[in-house]
Amino acid sequence: MKHLFVILSILFTGMAAAQSKYEAGIQKGFEQMKTAKTAEDMTAASALFERIGDAEKDKWLPYYYASYANYISGWMNPKADKDKVAEKSKDLLGKAEALETNNSELHCLRQMIAIQQLTVDPMSRYQTYGAEAEKALQNAAKADPNNPRIYYLRGQTLMNTPEAFGGGKAAAKKQFEKSLELFKTFQPASALHPNWGKEDAEKSLTACQ
Amino acid sequence: MFVLSIKTTMKEFTILLLAVLSTILGNAQVRITGTVKDTRGHIIIGASVSVKDSYDGGVSDSTGRFSFKTTEKGQQVIVAANVGYKTVEIPVTIGADSVSVAFSLKEEISELKAVTVTAGSFEAGDRKKAATVLSSLDVYTTGGANADITAVVKTLPGAQQVGEQEGLFVRGGAGYEAKQFIDGTLVNNPFSASVPDIASRGRFAPSLFKGTIFSTGGYSALYGQALSSALIMESIDLPERSEITASISSVFLGLGMQQLSKDKKASWGGNYGYTNLLPYFSIVKQKPDYFAMPQFHSADANFRIKTKSGIVKYYTTFSNMDLGLRRPNIDDPTLKNAFGLNNSNWYNNLSWRESLGRGWKMNMGIGFSTDRNGITQQIQDASDKTVVTGLNWIDSANFRLYTQSDLSQVKLVLDKRISGISVIRFGGEYQYFYSKSRYNGYQTLLVDHFKSLFAEADLYITNDLAAKAGVRFEHSSLINKMNMAPRISLAYKTGNGGQMSIAYGGFYQKPENSYLYATRNFGYTKATHYIVNYIKNTALQTFRAEVFYKKYNNLVKTYPAYNNDGSGDAKGFELFWRDKKTIKGLDYWLSYSWLDTRRNFLNYPQSLQPTFAANHTASLVVKKFYPKINTGFNFTYSFATGRPYYNMRLNAGKYEIADQGKTINYNNLGFSFNYLTSLGKAYAVLVGSVTNVFNSKQVFGYNYSHDGTRKDAITPPAPQFFFLGVFLSWGVDRRQDAINNNL
Repeated sequence: MKHLFVILSILFTGMAAAQSKYEAGIQKGFEQMKTAKTAEDMTAASALFERIGDAEKDKWLPYYYASYANYISGWMNPKADKDKVAEKSKDLLGKAEALETNNSELHCLRQMIAIQQLTVDPMSRYQTYGAEAEKALQNAAKADPNNPRIYYLRGQTLMNTPEAFGGGKAAAKKQFEKSLELFKTFQPASALHPNWGKEDAEKSLTACQ
Repeated sequence: MFVLSIKTTMKEFTILLLAVLSTILGNAQVRITGTVKDTRGHIIIGASVSVKDSYDGGVSDSTGRFSFKTTEKGQQVIVAANVGYKTVEIPVTIGADSVSVAFSLKEEISELKAVTVTAGSFEAGDRKKAATVLSSLDVYTTGGANADITAVVKTLPGAQQVGEQEGLFVRGGAGYEAKQFIDGTLVNNPFSASVPDIASRGRFAPSLFKGTIFSTGGYSALYGQALSSALIMESIDLPERSEITASISSVFLGLGMQQLSKDKKASWGGNYGYTNLLPYFSIVKQKPDYFAMPQFHSADANFRIKTKSGIVKYYTTFSNMDLGLRRPNIDDPTLKNAFGLNNSNWYNNLSWRESLGRGWKMNMGIGFSTDRNGITQQIQDASDKTVVTGLNWIDSANFRLYTQSDLSQVKLVLDKRISGISVIRFGGEYQYFYSKSRYNGYQTLLVDHFKSLFAEADLYITNDLAAKAGVRFEHSSLINKMNMAPRISLAYKTGNGGQMSIAYGGFYQKPENSYLYATRNFGYTKATHYIVNYIKNTALQTFRAEVFYKKYNNLVKTYPAYNNDGSGDAKGFELFWRDKKTIKGLDYWLSYSWLDTRRNFLNYPQSLQPTFAANHTASLVVKKFYPKINTGFNFTYSFATGRPYYNMRLNAGKYEIADQGKTINYNNLGFSFNYLTSLGKAYAVLVGSVTNVFNSKQVFGYNYSHDGTRKDAITPPAPQFFFLGVFLSWGVDRRQDAINNNL
């Protein structure tokens, strides 16, 4: 019995180690994202997530974060060719979608990437990328209407839409409030699942006051 | 059992534990370094390099180098990947020393990256980012263009500022040498009915189209019967949402609706518009005396249905127009020419686009249109009574003309994707033209069964080199002749967003009906295009330069006999620059065309610069939107040097030039503003616009009296045109409501 206990404990340690290698990898990526000072640092974090995704083969979260970090790198470098950044972000997002279909978080990310491309030339791109973004948010709401990030993102879009077209601070405020309401009860599926946006929503709400 | 059969001592346990720990904590790390380049030796920045199936790796830096540490040992595979390139794997053995690997990645041929053949064409719309120059929004926000597609196209290089008749006069070509196509099929009467010396507007609203390609030469074998230019318009697919629209302006009233089905797979809608120029003309004085105020009724309807992997679209529009105007008679200023026009036009277009699988695609278009004109002209005296002078050259201006021109057509194009993104495309079309005319009781009928077959290939040799080669065969039963037109173009990427294209093509066109009424003993007129083009594109800037040479053969001569003995040529260069980057929020474009052309056609006694060709043409279009006040301001300045005019007189059996000259330079500053707001639940756009802000004198040519002693300048009916209108839309997006209601 004693042997059995020892063996089992070793096996457990091993399994825990295997588990934590993945977890540790993701956590290391989180750390890199948090400490990233330049777009290159953020791209490096994205590359780490991508490698984790490639090595794990069956997990969508690494690709999600790889795409997310790459997307952020597009904002960190104001001179970045946003279409080129988006091409990479979409490629990574596609890999995540191949493993996890119809996830609200992935739809949200698709919206964010479309908005990033929209900002290159909003006047003439509104009809294509604006529609793409809107469709993505609708899909996100269909997949999980309680995802607080949907309302945060919608609020962001409304803030940047002229009042004459249904945008403006008042309209955006409603969305941020709804988002924060949902954040109160929101529980990510695990410590590794997307859990960002609360602070952003709070900041945006303040900006609307 | 496996677990129980193992006997473990404390010592063994320690070893095991260490082994487990070592895999977790890692042992001695080895550095992997190297470079990532493409097959031509250019460095690739941002490529991901990793040890396969591990988390270890890095990214290539701005010098193409990478360096990272790994704990993996032994036989491993190093992988380098970058979007748009084929992933490369290199096996290595990792020992104690650092390992160096050099990667050479091959670019994948992709539609996003591949060079596009751009010689001669301006693509408007975002079907392909690389070729985008103008979007449909641009049509609405070009100052002074009054949402007329043709007016906006005239600000692009290659097009002339011709104001006395409708049409696109491209690179020395006459207006009828430019044709318009909607979803692949020919539009027989793209402009509202013609009034002498006044340019009419295009029939189609810009909002119908998601993209417009303005081709100034060298275009695809899919299009024919246009010597100089093709304006290729692609209609929108399903609308984004249901909506009701209304408009009220100084010249028209409009109502429309568009319904999108709940499953978003089908839509239908229609519009009605009524234009009456009475209120406007009573405020803004016009040169002609309108005895019948211009009135237009227009109605259109559409449906669009998504199929399995395609779409069926139907669009129909009917319009009726009526007007009458008096202008002084040139031979006797005490008399007036009273011109009356009633036009009805019905246009139908049904198109079906479908992906058939296995790389096959189909595009089918069926069209029917009929255009009927009742035109009268009477010579009237000062009290508006019809008079007969007994002078043949005056009395011959009395006429009654009825015309009917119908076109029924079907066109089928099949696409087959061959290797990579290369495509072969082929198909055919059949057009049945029925044209009837009755001039003072004298009736003529022209019927043409026109057939064409065409094939072309888009070949992508690499991402940097593409070719388009095609051939077109045509047969017209009316003149009973066939032709074969080869077309070829090449495009090469020169790097940094720049590319060069060259194009060559033969273009045939049958003579206009007005000559065929006289005799059918004609052959095709012919133009041969040679084009070299350089274009440099980034998301917010476009630079384009083009040089061309065109040779005209077999042009129509009307004197001394009706035949194909005419000829001519045209050469020139064009520059275009669009910039949305330098000043934030400011969008401007600048175009310049230099043209040198001569023709000996119609009754020209010798080779002459035609009356519709200016040597220098330039446009500056500036737009700025101020988000704080929700208002955009748009300016368009167009300039053209004077165009030649001639008085050809028949003298002793020969035409000779009795008088000639050049008109004054053409200047036009157009302005418009659009203010976005909401009225109740409707989105509203308030639009104001004025043409020729500085009231510059514009002369388009001269009319001569019978004896040549008098000449009258052809000028616009009024020096300026003012427009004020409100466009309202009530969007009915149920899903948007549903989301808002959940808040």
